[in-house]
Amino acid sequence: MVLGADASFLNPDKVLLLVVLAATCVCIVGSMLAARAGSVPRIRRIAGLEAVEEAVGRATEMGRPILFVPGIQDMDNPMTVAGITVLSRVAGTAAQYDATLDVPVSRSLVMQAARESVQAAALQAGQPDWYDPERIRYITDEQFGYAAYAAGAMARDKPAACFYMGCFFAESLILAENGNAIGAIQIAGTAETAQLPFFVASCDYTLIGEEFFAASAYLSGAPDQLGTLRGQDIAKALIALALAGGVVMATIEVFSPATAAESPVEVAP
Amino acid sequence: MSGLDRRWIYLAMMLAVALPILWNGVTGKTFPESPTPPSQACFDAIEALPEGSRVLVSFDYDPASEGELAPMATSFMRHLMHKRLKPVVIALWPLGPTKAEETIASVIKTDFPDRVNGKDFVNLGFQTGNEGVLKVIGTDFRKQFPVDRSGTPVDRLPIMEGITKAGDFPLVITISAGYPGGKEWVQYVSSSNPGLVLLAGVTGVQASQVYSYYPGQLRGMLAAIKGAAEYEALVSAAIDGDRVTAPKYTEARRRMAPQLFGHLLLIALIVLGNAMYFAQKRCKAVAP
Amino acid sequence: MSRSIALLICLVGGLTMLVSPFLPMATGWANDVTDWFNILAAMAFVLGGGSLLKVQLMRLSARGPGWGYSAVTLLAFAVTLWVGLGKVGVVADPSAPMVPWSGKPDDEGSAFWWIYLYVMTPITSTLFAVLAFYVASAAFRAFRAKNLEATLLLATAFVILLGRTFAGVVLTGWLPDWASGLRLENLAVTIMDVFNTAGNRAIIIGIALGVASTGIRLLLGLDRSYLGGDA
Repeated sequence: MVLGADASFLNPDKVLLLVVLAATCVCIVGSMLAARAGSVPRIRRIAGLEAVEEAVGRATEMGRPILFVPGIQDMDNPMTVAGITVLSRVAGTAAQYDATLDVPVSRSLVMQAARESVQAAALQAGQPDWYDPERIRYITDEQFGYAAYAAGAMARDKPAACFYMGCFFAESLILAENGNAIGAIQIAGTAETAQLPFFVASCDYTLIGEEFFAASAYLSGAPDQLGTLRGQDIAKALIALALAGGVVMATIEVFSPATAAESPVEVAP
Repeated sequence: MSGLDRRWIYLAMMLAVALPILWNGVTGKTFPESPTPPSQACFDAIEALPEGSRVLVSFDYDPASEGELAPMATSFMRHLMHKRLKPVVIALWPLGPTKAEETIASVIKTDFPDRVNGKDFVNLGFQTGNEGVLKVIGTDFRKQFPVDRSGTPVDRLPIMEGITKAGDFPLVITISAGYPGGKEWVQYVSSSNPGLVLLAGVTGVQASQVYSYYPGQLRGMLAAIKGAAEYEALVSAAIDGDRVTAPKYTEARRRMAPQLFGHLLLIALIVLGNAMYFAQKRCKAVAP
Repeated sequence: MSRSIALLICLVGGLTMLVSPFLPMATGWANDVTDWFNILAAMAFVLGGGSLLKVQLMRLSARGPGWGYSAVTLLAFAVTLWVGLGKVGVVADPSAPMVPWSGKPDDEGSAFWWIYLYVMTPITSTLFAVLAFYVASAAFRAFRAKNLEATLLLATAFVILLGRTFAGVVLTGWLPDWASGLRLENLAVTIMDVFNTAGNRAIIIGIALGVASTGIRLLLGLDRSYLGGDA
């Protein structure tokens, strides 16, 4: 790649975005380093994650399987990665309780990642024989084909606990209502804002937006991961300050003499 | 009444939707529609374009969302053809090109047979990559869409003359059912091309997400079948005036009757559910 | 060793995607990384298809509960594969009339087109339509005015439900122009435009920060559960 004589190193249109990105990274990495040094933040209880053990225990007592749906998108979607993270924790608990865990997936790469994740969780739980790769199977890429399979599996197998953790679209209500109809305990987590109302209405626990992304840090309990959550909150506070500042400046501009002179309408003092 | 078997609810919903459809089929009547600002903005944006302008239209949906989005696509295409604008059709969903072909067949080839493929309209087909496609067309449109759906190189198409990137189009319309869709168009195309006018036709579920971008990055928006019905009414008024509109251009308005009764049923169910809830609560409070 | 290589690939790929939009010299690098992912995903189709065949064949041979569905799945898989790969019923493209397989597999009139039009389209439309029933049962079961917030939510829902239909026009269309903002259809637009937008923007900002934080944890190798647990 050859740079022209007048080429600039940075894309001038994206400088502001770079500044915001850098500030966000500084907040997150800084908090992580602070947590490593001993300043570990206290994270509030997230009811949906606290209920994982309860849900797995219920499934074991009832002798019914657990259904885990890691969304319908591929591994390039951060929600799917977050879903696989929660899957590893659920699998670890399920392995300890010797509960059956079914993970139908919609993408082949997700199947591979989920298999490795569940196998590692079983090994960590000291139950290597519990792992069955055929329980984590590819269904179809087609959205409603997958939803039809999941709905049918729920009707036939009647899982006692259903986890929906990942990226969902219109099939979210099909899954959640079918789970409700069979009386399963349902825990959902997604950052798709359009699907959150359906999960909130039909599921027992819902991880909303950033709670879902915080799940991996929350469940691991590792100080540096928990530190990144505080960094997120610091960045959010800075954004809120910037928003407030912007609102004040925009309001002042509306009432400023220069604007009043340009405007044909009388502006109140 | 401790609980209502959900199958009664399903039956009620089936009747609430089916009976108005049958009624509309017999009488042909639809409810009048008055446009809301987002739908009016879509209409005005297309009206403002000079004749001969190229418009990029992205079919980002599949058969599942056809009920809500096909009427929008039909109305958009009809409006563009009436204004003698030139749609360049692409798709980010694998089944999008098929939906586009159906729309082209029902609108352009039927009602505007004088329009020439490659000169007055073109279907460039689907490209895999989701938002990656949008990133590429932001700088090099022909790299991402080198040929049209029938294999003709884009360089040989008169309609594509002078088009090198997405920003060269004065107007972009996305008809989207989810991902990739309106949000991605805003994030990767509209944000990088401040002068570009972007319109979105979206499903009801997606509308709440995409409203955040209106009227900034999105000049206009058709939200769900209601938005489609409003826009359809505007287009029909502009093109047909007092004449009777062909049935294929009244699909969105025909679907408003089932929507009305469906919504009324939902309200009735919510009221009934709350009545049962408070009655049970009272019984428990009274019981020893 | 393999885990270290995977972490390195994650770091290099992630940093490339992060840096590419800001450096003119690296403009196409992010697209190249995306293309590599697409190639991997396409190759993984073979694994997924193999898993599908294996599981369904096992169920079919075991004659366990629901084995009939496995038979249908395998039949549909085989027929669609044969019809698509074999270009059954495809007419030669006019530019190459002597080559019988020169047409596209989904050209109108082909068997693949027929499966799409008469099998796939009705089935997916039906499943999407099933949502209407589920929305009704969810609304009946879940929407309770248990407290002030829930009551406000219900009132908002009523405004939107009525405002998005002709009922809104009938109920409040008589309001004079100076009170047009109180008409249900305009109230619905205001609710979506102001309150819903504000809430959505707040959630989106939180989600964006959550994605950034997750990305940093993955890039720095703090979170390795996608690789199969902690090292």
